[in-house]
Amino acid sequence: MALLQERVKELVAKYGRSRENLLPVLQGIADTEHYVSEYAMQLVAEEMGLSAADVYGTATFYSFMETTPRGKYIIRVCKTISCFMKGKNQILLALEEALKIKLGETTPDRMFTLLETNCLGWCHKAPAMLINDDVHVDLTIEKVHQIIREYKQKANN
Amino acid sequence: MGKNVLKRIDLIFKHEDDCHEVLQKTLKRSDDELINELIGSGLKGRGGAGFPTGLKWKLTREAQGDVKYVICNADEGEPGTFKDREILATVPYKVLTGMAVCGKIIGATNGYIYLRGEYRYLVKDLEAEINKFHKICDEVGLNFRIKIFLGYGAYICGEESALFESMEGKRGEPRNKPPFPTEFGYMGKPTVINNVETLAHTWTIFKYGAKKFRDLGVQDSRGSKLFSISGDTPIPGIYELELGMTVEEFVEDFGDGDTKAVQVGGASGFCVPRKKFRDIAIGYQGKLTGISLPTGGSMMLFNSSRSMYNVLHNYLEFFAEESCGQCTPCRVGTQQLLQGIKAVKRGEKPAAYLDKLLSLSETMKATAKCGLGQSVANSFQSIVENFREEMIY
Repeated sequence: MALLQERVKELVAKYGRSRENLLPVLQGIADTEHYVSEYAMQLVAEEMGLSAADVYGTATFYSFMETTPRGKYIIRVCKTISCFMKGKNQILLALEEALKIKLGETTPDRMFTLLETNCLGWCHKAPAMLINDDVHVDLTIEKVHQIIREYKQKANN
Repeated sequence: MGKNVLKRIDLIFKHEDDCHEVLQKTLKRSDDELINELIGSGLKGRGGAGFPTGLKWKLTREAQGDVKYVICNADEGEPGTFKDREILATVPYKVLTGMAVCGKIIGATNGYIYLRGEYRYLVKDLEAEINKFHKICDEVGLNFRIKIFLGYGAYICGEESALFESMEGKRGEPRNKPPFPTEFGYMGKPTVINNVETLAHTWTIFKYGAKKFRDLGVQDSRGSKLFSISGDTPIPGIYELELGMTVEEFVEDFGDGDTKAVQVGGASGFCVPRKKFRDIAIGYQGKLTGISLPTGGSMMLFNSSRSMYNVLHNYLEFFAEESCGQCTPCRVGTQQLLQGIKAVKRGEKPAAYLDKLLSLSETMKATAKCGLGQSVANSFQSIVENFREEMIY
């Protein structure tokens, strides 16, 4: 917990205490912790001189701001129309099979979380997904298994 | 398909390495001259709303305020749109130059790019481009700095006032208008907020003159426009085309020979069924073109193997999730429309229930606070009215 306090202090020092820096500070916490806990929100509120309710309101508004513990790699499969038409359901099934979890769940080793998201802006190369900030497009079932294998190797090293 | 009836334009993505010269030359001209050039070009906002860009800059320039801002809206979230990402990845200096010239004209020294979280992978390269550009600004003696602000997965933040709220560290909930951003924008200061593509077009206009841009397009829809093309097409991708084409011409070029409908403008746009392809043009309202549909450039094609019920269901799920929840017509309306079409499809409600839903969508159009809730009616009505049978059986 002391670590989290330091992280919050460091981020607020980097971006500044005024309210317009709230989102970058919260993003910074999510980057290292993989989510923003209510405790972290309280720390941010104290450090920035805001009410905890204000911080909670902002944090819970944004769909990429995870507020429950997530894996190191957050997979977001695009479910909007073009990806839906090009078989995103099959991609999702392949991911569930490769990771042995269901949509919305996190692997027991806290490596992967499987989520859906709205339009990623890769409709011409559908189906598409994000793994953290990295984009994967023109997905096929084989490609999905290959990608997950590579991430698993990366995670083990 | 593949008939190439439409002329391909190559302005936006044409690589030009004279950023320094273009900026220097443009800054030497008077503000009035530049604004007149922009107004004369007929450029309208390329995000979809189509507000005249020159007028926006002029109003912000005239607004009272010691601090003003230029913001580039790169929160490209409309389903089926992906052109802005490509601009920022390949010709970012055109956008940065447009922002800097705007800053000089309106009297702003700070600019921001609001980049959607989904495009975070662009940040590194874009920051390097911005640093390069800052050096150019210093060389030509312009005091202007640009920063990236990262969004975090909220479609509504593409709405300009929601975007300001988000940048101010709050929930991305749209404000009441007026006051408009030209008077009261980011941090309550006069702000020009333009789409990525709009700013990229200003490069063409300042470098080559308004005529080059104005010579393209028809009537009130001048210039070229980037189209993001996806769905049932053999050649998905980004294409720069002239405004004013009919949907029929578009389908001849990009359809797969079996196109049953085209969604113009994404989930918040209109669905055009085959029987109306000939009657509808792409552009802003103009006398010659009859019915014209404005668009941010999202064009999704559906062939006869697609269920329009599934398409509408997908859009409504999208809206129900992305509604910010602030105003009742949108928060409750999107849920009711979604539950409503499901109930009709399952036979739990009679077909006539669709008429109730149509009237609900009309109420949302009249009473929702911002463009999100108001525009749900566009796709809902155009799909339900044209494909009623598919909604029921």
